[in-house]
Amino acid sequence: MDMQQEAVKDYGVRLGDDALILGHRLSEWCGKAPALEEDLALANTALDFIGRSRLFYSHAAELEGNRVSEDTYAYTRDCREFRNLLICELPCGDFAFTMARQYLVDEFYLAFMQGLTFSVEQTLAGVAAKAVKESRYHLRRSRQWMRVLGQGTDESHDRLQTAVNDLWGYTPEMFEPDELERKLVAAGVAVDTSGLKDDWMKAVNKTLAEASVQRPEGNWAVRGGRQGIHTEYLGHLLSELQFVQRAYPGLEW
Amino acid sequence: MERVRHMSNQLSTEQLAQAEQRFQAKIDAEEKIEPGDWMPEAYRRNLIRQISQHAHSEVIGMQPEGNWITRAPTLNRKAVLLAKVQDEGGHGLYLYSAAETLGADRQTMIEALHKGVAKYASIFNYPSLTWADIGAIGWLVDGAAIVNQISLQRTSYGPYARSMVRICKEESFHQRQGYQIMTLLMKGSDEQRQMAQDAFNRFWWPSLMMFGPHDAESAHSASSMKWKIKRQSNDELRQKFVDQTVRQAEVIGITIPDPKLAWNEETGHYDFGEIDWEEFQRVISGDGPCNRQRMQNHIRAHAEGAWVREAVAAYESKQIGTG
Repeated sequence: MDMQQEAVKDYGVRLGDDALILGHRLSEWCGKAPALEEDLALANTALDFIGRSRLFYSHAAELEGNRVSEDTYAYTRDCREFRNLLICELPCGDFAFTMARQYLVDEFYLAFMQGLTFSVEQTLAGVAAKAVKESRYHLRRSRQWMRVLGQGTDESHDRLQTAVNDLWGYTPEMFEPDELERKLVAAGVAVDTSGLKDDWMKAVNKTLAEASVQRPEGNWAVRGGRQGIHTEYLGHLLSELQFVQRAYPGLEW
Repeated sequence: MERVRHMSNQLSTEQLAQAEQRFQAKIDAEEKIEPGDWMPEAYRRNLIRQISQHAHSEVIGMQPEGNWITRAPTLNRKAVLLAKVQDEGGHGLYLYSAAETLGADRQTMIEALHKGVAKYASIFNYPSLTWADIGAIGWLVDGAAIVNQISLQRTSYGPYARSMVRICKEESFHQRQGYQIMTLLMKGSDEQRQMAQDAFNRFWWPSLMMFGPHDAESAHSASSMKWKIKRQSNDELRQKFVDQTVRQAEVIGITIPDPKLAWNEETGHYDFGEIDWEEFQRVISGDGPCNRQRMQNHIRAHAEGAWVREAVAAYESKQIGTG
């Protein structure tokens, strides 16, 4: 693997990490949603993200060789090696928190995946093309929930406002490419996320207004996912996710 | 539905007898009963009981398998299991809808479940302790459900019969994924084989109990057979399941935990030992390992979602108000 390939592999792994960790969180809702219809919808979204992680990981595994597979990345790495955005790993919270997070990342991922379809890496562009279709649907749903919860009852409005307040500081990280990404942007492989921020902010402002939710003031921001500096939540998520593979290593399941 | 029932209340005794005759003739001629058709009140009640119980079973059944979604050992297994549990939720939805065509409403059915008036399949009161349990549940529990549901594809009530056709297609995929998990475990390490056999041992007898009491002791069987709600008896279906599963177990090297199990040349079926009916009664009446948690989890999720459902209702009424 040359340096460029190594970088493409790392990029694929981090995109896989985002999708897996968020998909895992969404899958925690299974059987616990406010209505059966919502159970099915959340499971669907979870499946899209888990599917996405498998495509990104598999591509990375192909580049890496050495009998590495999608499961190697998911099940045998520890906290510090995961490179997902922090917003993906935060616990589900209540339904307002889950949907507000989903909305904020759906706006991001739709634009991101649209950008990635232009990647010179054909496989990444192909995965992105599939992801765009899913994200369009995810966004339609999460944006609608923002309106419903924002305009529903006083309680739903307050819960949504609290959720947005608690999530806000995890959004700047989405738009801050690190050195790896900057190198790959120059090579035509990666999406320059710093260029997505203005449109994202415009769309979010519009939706928050429709939901009668205040955009949080101030500029608190927590970063570190892309460097493997996570919240304490991730370790617990991984200990659950990886339990069988850790307890019985090296077997086929 | 309200209109139809109201009319049936106004029928004279003679008219009622004629309506019942026409109804039974239709059933005897293998015609389906459809939502708007006249039906005896007891037929309607019997169906609502059975369909809502079936729906509750699908929904409560999401818990033991949902218990492993976040711990599934590979990404493929995780995706397949999540899709499977999602299917079960979908089955619950079709079945609630089928019951609604009879005039029941979902909220009332869920309240009956929470109050313990409506039952669900007792098998889901057993815990899923290891990954192999996901294999055993898919293979045995879904396998037993299919045997029952294939028979129900010919049930006399149209919406129920049609929902069974669709559900059976998905269940057969579920059963295969369970059997495949077990097959792989049986080809694996000693620990994996032990895990598989242990899971089978725990789920074998409860899955035989899924078919219900012996025909002679089954409370609802006689009228259900006459009305063709049920098409085959509990014991017939149970035998069918034993016959097919014993062969599948042999293929992968699983031992059936029943010393009395033996092939019977004369009947062309496997003989098997007596089910522990005391355990059956104990688990049904609330003393299974997970009865309390299953119900508490469902009640909690429902209560925690109340504010969301209220928000949806408020939003919709505002939309109508401003639209």
